[in-house]
Order: sequence, then structure tokens, then C-alpha cells
Amino acid sequence: MKSDLRELRRRKVLRNAVLIFLCLLSLLPFYLMFVNATRTSNQIKGGISFLFGASLSANLRNFGDAQVGLGISVLGAMLNSFKIAVPFTLLSVYFSALTAYGIYAYEFKLKKFAWGFIMAVMMVPTQVFAIGYYRFMIQLKLIDTYWPLIIPAITTPAVVFFMRQYLQGALPLEIIEAARIDGSGEFHTFNTIVLPLMKPALATQAIFQFVFCWNNLFLPTLIISSSSKKTLTMFVQMLTAESFRADYGVVFVGLAITILPMFIMYFILSRFIVEGVSLGGVKE
Amino acid sequence: MKKEKSGRLKSVSYSKYGLLFVLPFFIAYILFSLWPLISTFYYSFFEYITRNLRTSVEFCGFQNYRNVLGLADGERAYFLTYLGNTLRLWILNFIPQVLLALLIAAWLTDNRVKLRRKGLYKVLVYMPNIITAASISLLFYALLSKLGPVMSTLRSWGVIGASADVMTSKWATSLTISFILFWMWYGNSTLLLIAGMMGINASLYEAADIDGATGRQKFFYVTLPLLKPVLLYVLVTSAIGGLQLYDIPALFNTGTGGGLIGLPDDTSTTVTMYIMRLHASDTGRAAAVSVLLFLITLAISLLFFRVFQDDRGHHARLGRASRRGEKEAQA
Repeated sequence: MKSDLRELRRRKVLRNAVLIFLCLLSLLPFYLMFVNATRTSNQIKGGISFLFGASLSANLRNFGDAQVGLGISVLGAMLNSFKIAVPFTLLSVYFSALTAYGIYAYEFKLKKFAWGFIMAVMMVPTQVFAIGYYRFMIQLKLIDTYWPLIIPAITTPAVVFFMRQYLQGALPLEIIEAARIDGSGEFHTFNTIVLPLMKPALATQAIFQFVFCWNNLFLPTLIISSSSKKTLTMFVQMLTAESFRADYGVVFVGLAITILPMFIMYFILSRFIVEGVSLGGVKE
Repeated sequence: MKKEKSGRLKSVSYSKYGLLFVLPFFIAYILFSLWPLISTFYYSFFEYITRNLRTSVEFCGFQNYRNVLGLADGERAYFLTYLGNTLRLWILNFIPQVLLALLIAAWLTDNRVKLRRKGLYKVLVYMPNIITAASISLLFYALLSKLGPVMSTLRSWGVIGASADVMTSKWATSLTISFILFWMWYGNSTLLLIAGMMGINASLYEAADIDGATGRQKFFYVTLPLLKPVLLYVLVTSAIGGLQLYDIPALFNTGTGGGLIGLPDDTSTTVTMYIMRLHASDTGRAAAVSVLLFLITLAISLLFFRVFQDDRGHHARLGRASRRGEKEAQA
């Protein structure tokens, strides 16, 4: 019995050690980034340091000078990403909830087909029809505008799937019946009774849709060409240019600025996010 | 009985609302996904030739496909090369990813060796997944470039030679990109597997305990078989996502000048980078590459659904077996 207990403790120590190592591994690159953002280029070339330097303001100044030639500032790019991600997120959760509710609460002829279709297209990635999309947007004269980056939010099958699963557990059909007896119109019922009941699902999915849109690089690269309209991820791509590669301090400070918003958001919302990922998996 | 009838009557009279509510999704999907997909197929059969700023379009049959597959004279099989690169980058990340995720998920759901701080571990292990991939890729590039801090520390310790450089070695570059992918995604897989493991009926473990099964036996004979649907889901979503791999290789060690060439020597260029490279200059070829990528993605999904359905039957059997086990345990 005693040796059993000792074995158990030994395992606990080992597992904790491995997990702590993995947690440090998650943080290390970001820590090195923040440290290097405060060091001069020559210090950085000299090797790794775990202690902060004194050159943060100099690096920020040099970064400010270097981004002049790009046609957009990092804050401008962040604002652009925000302008796209907010309407994208709102459209995505609203229309997904509407679609899921339509399929969950009503009986209609094509219901089975509609649900089958949504399940089938869930796995089709944007990249495979990007060429057709690009040409179509040229024909519609929407290229180099934000519309092509926002409109696809109406059709996010994975979110519809999640919302329907949620409705099954959270919305008894009797509530809708009761609303009808009270004389509430169908659309009114959805907006004033169903949506508030779906708040937890809407919030979780909103976080993921926002993150997805904010981090997207492929579609903005395809659609946006004016420097002034570039998104944050496109700005990061511009940091690979020769003018930045010369000064490591500038690169690290630039990266730190681009990562900071997501970093802060994650540590505020991490609990929701971790829960949301677990819910998003296959459920039977 | 009466209530049921009136319910059905109601559902008939309200049916137009159901259709109305799903209509925006379908209209938008047909316009902005299905139509582009169909037109991508269409474009793949045309040759786009630009001379003196004017582009002429000519039907060319399967010429674009022959070109990208290297079957035409003087053409290199770029599609196959880049597909090979993409698969190499994906496999090198996926195998360690799923193994580590299984191990950690088993640890975090273990009832015998109870760990504290589980919530914190989950939060930190998942974190890299949320951070912008483009920034992460460039961060690793800056840290690992020849004059960067990591390499110079390793040089000064004498771990690597003076001329060692990740960016000029095919395998070092591939392994780094795969490591970034692994590091960003194993937390996600861990959380999905934990959800799967929590869904397994606890009485199965009790029954196994009564039979004197060791932790290892329980993992291999109870957890793993019952986890198959979740594992399949992780595999397929990762494979489909992996085939579209873009952000990380597009920013890590690429040639300057916007050509989207994955260095060294084109060995880290992926299929989607090729599509992006061609999209403005050669619509036909880019479309052919997209169609090939779509067909591969489709094949993987179909395979998944078949295996999954077979597995459903298997699962139901296991479910019955478990109920039987429960009864036996009670008896």
C-alpha cells in the first residue's frame, strides 16, 4: 500500500513536470518576443536574453519611421481588421442562429435536404473556390473593398451546426407555442425570445468567428490591393520586407504590437474559449 | 392524440417561415460559394494569354491540368511538388501532435492520479492556437534566422557550427514549420480528445477496475476504441486544414519580392501558395490547381463519412456491449 502511494506521487510529479514544461513552451516564444522588443538590434544578434533591455522607446521610434513607407500604420491596419471582423462576427452569429432555428423549429418540405446540405458543405474550405470568388468579385466591381470579406459570414455552416445542437438542448418547442398564443409573430419570436435564450452559444461562437476573421490572411491577400485598406495580417506580411529585416529590434517591436490585442483578449476570455473548443467537437 | 393532431396542423401552417429563415443562408451560399466553385471548374478549361496588356481567353480542354501535373512538354509537375511539400509539412506535425494530445488528454482525465491546476494547463496549452498565425510564423523566423538570437546563442555554446542555418536547409525549414503547426494545434486536439474521453461511460472503467485492468490496459482497450470517432474527426479536420496550409509557410522563410516561393529551393511552397502566386497572372492554371485540391479534399471527406458510418455501427455494438457489461457488473 505504501509503495502504491509512492508510485502515485511519483507519477503526479512527472506529469506535473511535463505539463509545466509544455506551458512554459507555450509562453517562451512570446516572452522572448517581448524581451527582444526592448533590446537593440546588436544585442539581439548577440544571443538570447531573459532580461528586459532599455531600448523599447528607441525601437518604437524606429518602427514608427520604418512604417511610413508602407502606406499604412500598424494601428490603421488594426482598425481595418476591426472594421471587417465586427460586422463579419455579427452577421455570422445572427444568420447562423436564424438558419439553425429555421431548421430546428419548423417542419417544411426541404428541411432534410437543407440540413444534409449544410452538413455536406461544412468541410469545403474557401481556398478551393477562391479563384472563382476572386473573378466574381471583379465582375461585381467589389474587388479591393471589404464587402467580399464580410458577406461570406452569412454562410458559416459549422456555426449553424453548433447552433442547432445548442437549440436542441436549450429551447423547448413549447416556448414558441406559448409565444404564438400570445400573438407574437414568428420573426418577432426569434428576435425577442429565441436569441436571448441562445446568448451563451452566440457569445462562444462570436469569439471564434472574430478570431478567425481577425487572423485570416488568405482571403484579404486575394481581395485587397490598396495599402490604405490592408488588414493587420497583411501588415505582418509587410514586416518581412528588406527594410525591416535590417533591424531586429524593429521587427520584434512590430510583432509585439500585432500580437498584443489577441494576447490580452485571450487572457480575459480564456475560460469561455477553452470551454467553447470542447463543445465544438463531435457530439453524439 | 388530439394534441398531436393540432400540433401537426400548426407546423403545416408555419412551414413557410422555416423556409424563409433558412433562405438567406442558401441564397448567399449559392451566390458566394457554389457559383464560385462551379466557375472555378469552368475557368480551369481555359487558357489565359496576356499580350500587349490584352488578355485573350481560349478553350484548351485539359491543358491546364496537364501543365500543372507536368504531363505537357517543358512543364514541371508543380502541383505534385507542392502537394508533396504540403503533405510533408502536415505529417511531420500531425503524428507527434496527436500522440502528445492523447497522452495529455489521458493525464488530464485520469481519476486515479488527480492533477491540480487542470484549468490553467488547458488555458496555456491551447493559447498558441488563438494568436495570429502570421505573426507567430514571422516571430519564429526572426528568432531562428541566421543572425537571430537563438542561433547566435547556440553558436556561442558550440552546439552548432558557424555556418549552420535553418533557412538554407530543406529539413530544418520543414521541421520548424511543422513544429510551429504542432505547437499551435496540439492544445486544440487535446481539448477535443478530453471532451471525447469525458463522454465515455464511467461504468466501463468501473467494470475494467473490477476485472483488475491496469491503467495502460484501460487506455488501450476501453478509451482508445471508444475514442475512434473523435480521433477520426481530429484527423480529418486536421488533414483538410493541412492541405490548405498557407499563413505559416507564406511568412516563414519565403523569397523576397512577393513571389511566394518557399525557401530553400521551393521546398516549403504549399499548394495554396501556388494558387495565390498564379491567381492574377494565370487564372486557368490557378483554377486547375484549385479543382485538384478540391477533389482531394472531397475524397478525404467521403472516406471519413464512410469510415464514420461504419464506425457508428461499431459504436452501437460497443454501446450494447457496455450495457451488457453494466448488467454483468451489477449481477
